Amino acid sequence: MRIWLPLDSFAQAMGGEEVAAAIVVEAKARGVQLQLTRNGSRGMAWLEPLAEIEVGGVRHGFGPMTLADVSGLFGDLAAHPKALGPVEELDWMKGQTRLTFARVGVIDPLSLEEYRAHGGLVGLDRAKAMTKAQIVAEVTDSGLRGRGGAGFPTGIKWKTVSEAAGEQKYIVCNADEGDSATFADRMLMEGDPFTLIEGMAIAGLACGATKGYVYIRSEYPVAIRVMNDAVLVAREAGVLGPQFDMEIRVGAGAYVCGEETALLNSLEGKRGVVRAKPPLPALQGFMGRPTVVNNVISLASVPVIMAKGAAHYKDFGLGRSRGTIPLQIAGNVKFGGLYECAFGLTLGEIVDKIAGGCFTGRPVKAVQVGGPLGAYFPRALFDTPFGYEEFAAKDGLIGHAGLTLFDDSTDMLAMARFAMEFCAIESCGKCTPCRIGSTRGVETLDRLARGDASAMPILTDLCNTMKLGSLCALGGFTPYPVMSAITHFPDDFARSKEAAE
Amino acid sequence: MLDSDAQTDRIAEILDAHLGLEGPLLPILHAIQHAFGYVPDSAIPQIAAALTISKAEVHGVISFYHDFRDKPAGRHVIKICRAEACQAAFGNSVADRAKQKLGIDWHETTPDGAVTLEPVFCLGLCACGPAAMIDGKLVGMLTPKSVEKLIDEVVK
Repeated sequence: MRIWLPLDSFAQAMGGEEVAAAIVVEAKARGVQLQLTRNGSRGMAWLEPLAEIEVGGVRHGFGPMTLADVSGLFGDLAAHPKALGPVEELDWMKGQTRLTFARVGVIDPLSLEEYRAHGGLVGLDRAKAMTKAQIVAEVTDSGLRGRGGAGFPTGIKWKTVSEAAGEQKYIVCNADEGDSATFADRMLMEGDPFTLIEGMAIAGLACGATKGYVYIRSEYPVAIRVMNDAVLVAREAGVLGPQFDMEIRVGAGAYVCGEETALLNSLEGKRGVVRAKPPLPALQGFMGRPTVVNNVISLASVPVIMAKGAAHYKDFGLGRSRGTIPLQIAGNVKFGGLYECAFGLTLGEIVDKIAGGCFTGRPVKAVQVGGPLGAYFPRALFDTPFGYEEFAAKDGLIGHAGLTLFDDSTDMLAMARFAMEFCAIESCGKCTPCRIGSTRGVETLDRLARGDASAMPILTDLCNTMKLGSLCALGGFTPYPVMSAITHFPDDFARSKEAAE
Repeated sequence: MLDSDAQTDRIAEILDAHLGLEGPLLPILHAIQHAFGYVPDSAIPQIAAALTISKAEVHGVISFYHDFRDKPAGRHVIKICRAEACQAAFGNSVADRAKQKLGIDWHETTPDGAVTLEPVFCLGLCACGPAAMIDGKLVGMLTPKSVEKLIDEVVK
């Protein structure tokens, strides 16, 4: 008997390890020969831990599992109180276009055999038969843009590194996924690590780089463990070797290291301070050598592009946002988790149809899109289609495609203050607008909270200075949540002195 | 507690094991903290000498990162997420209750040395918040009540 139960952090946080242990004990007590596969998560966080068992060749789901539900897995499955039916037939799964996440939740993350059986390594094999320029062209033609948030065309970055002169070049994967509401990198690394390894190996071929690093944040212990194990398996099998090898490195709790130049400094063993650009990391990156720095999802999208061709990927999406995007729906949400689909759904479709609104049952007041540096969107802007340019046109950004839902009990002034406070805590200190501006921002918002309306022009001016004068997105984008809160929720900022006192 | 010779020897071993890496300082600091629970001040000159950098540079790196401690933590470490998605799910009320129950604020340790309370900005559990990490174990969908219960279990 084979049972799948995710090792994903979502499942672990909801009691998955206890359920897994109970399954083993129950099987033993019943004398059942058990094969327990610890897969990745399908992305339906509200159903974790989600157990799966094959019935007539189709995987059926049972969740969210508690210890009391374990013995039922060994009895009449149709009568199981948590029976969900075929997993692939659930509405959440049916509506998706899973390209990058096709194998996540399906296969055993550390079985190279299952990876291969589900289309893995086809892209790498194809790339091996191509020239560097051909691989770069394929990725450029796919329209793939940096999924970390900046949206820079991946192929163009690769071309720069590929054509740069240098004995030693590097592929660095940015797995410092620190934005609240984002967990796609984590889920990919925990659920299908070989996809990232394959993507990096292809990048190595395209750019003439023989060494790769994955910089994973320390807050992701499960992803670190799975990635380390996967690298050993890949090396053993010859997928990694002298032609391209990689190391897993662990961050140390600094949000700013998600910025690519701070990440490179951290990787070199320095303070994670942002570097001025130019020089571009593509030309002078890790150790001053030509370096590709790509987000996990950018690199993990490359194998399917190489396997199915640029045109297949490019066919999905809208405008200049091509392919698919793993939406990460979070916060006060009824149905939260990861939902991969083509660009182009409206924010309202995502919030109302897919996410089902707030778990409190109260109206959605605001959605923060793109993490702590993203803008708060009110319902009036819910017709905005999900795409890089479309969100920029509304003074927002899609970032790493995380969406946090807030209900109508939320105080937007408090959220604006938190954005400034977070920036103050995490600022690397290199540039003045971010280092000093964030602290002054907290103070100015406190004045507003006390009913001092004269602080508003100062705050607006400060945000402008931070936006234009900061060295990186931390200081430069903190004004997005602050200004969007002020613009769209003015009532929360108009506090009378009497009321405040 | 190791005596100072044993500590020096253990750090020398760690340094030896990592010197072949490109950019070895963070892996070294993680390994030292893993071995001792913190990065002792006395390790700084030893690291600086091995990497031929200044003591100030080593100190600068240690103090930059939130993860590295310059003194031991309590016997248990509770990290509660303070980021937006957990706030949207009422994480602040969970944090407030934890502080009240333990009688300490962020970054403090209870007087009996049992528990250190730390904020964390995102554990990637944003669709099942509020989230926390208790001695390395992840927990989600916390409530003020459940966090109190977890604290009771940890300190008993």
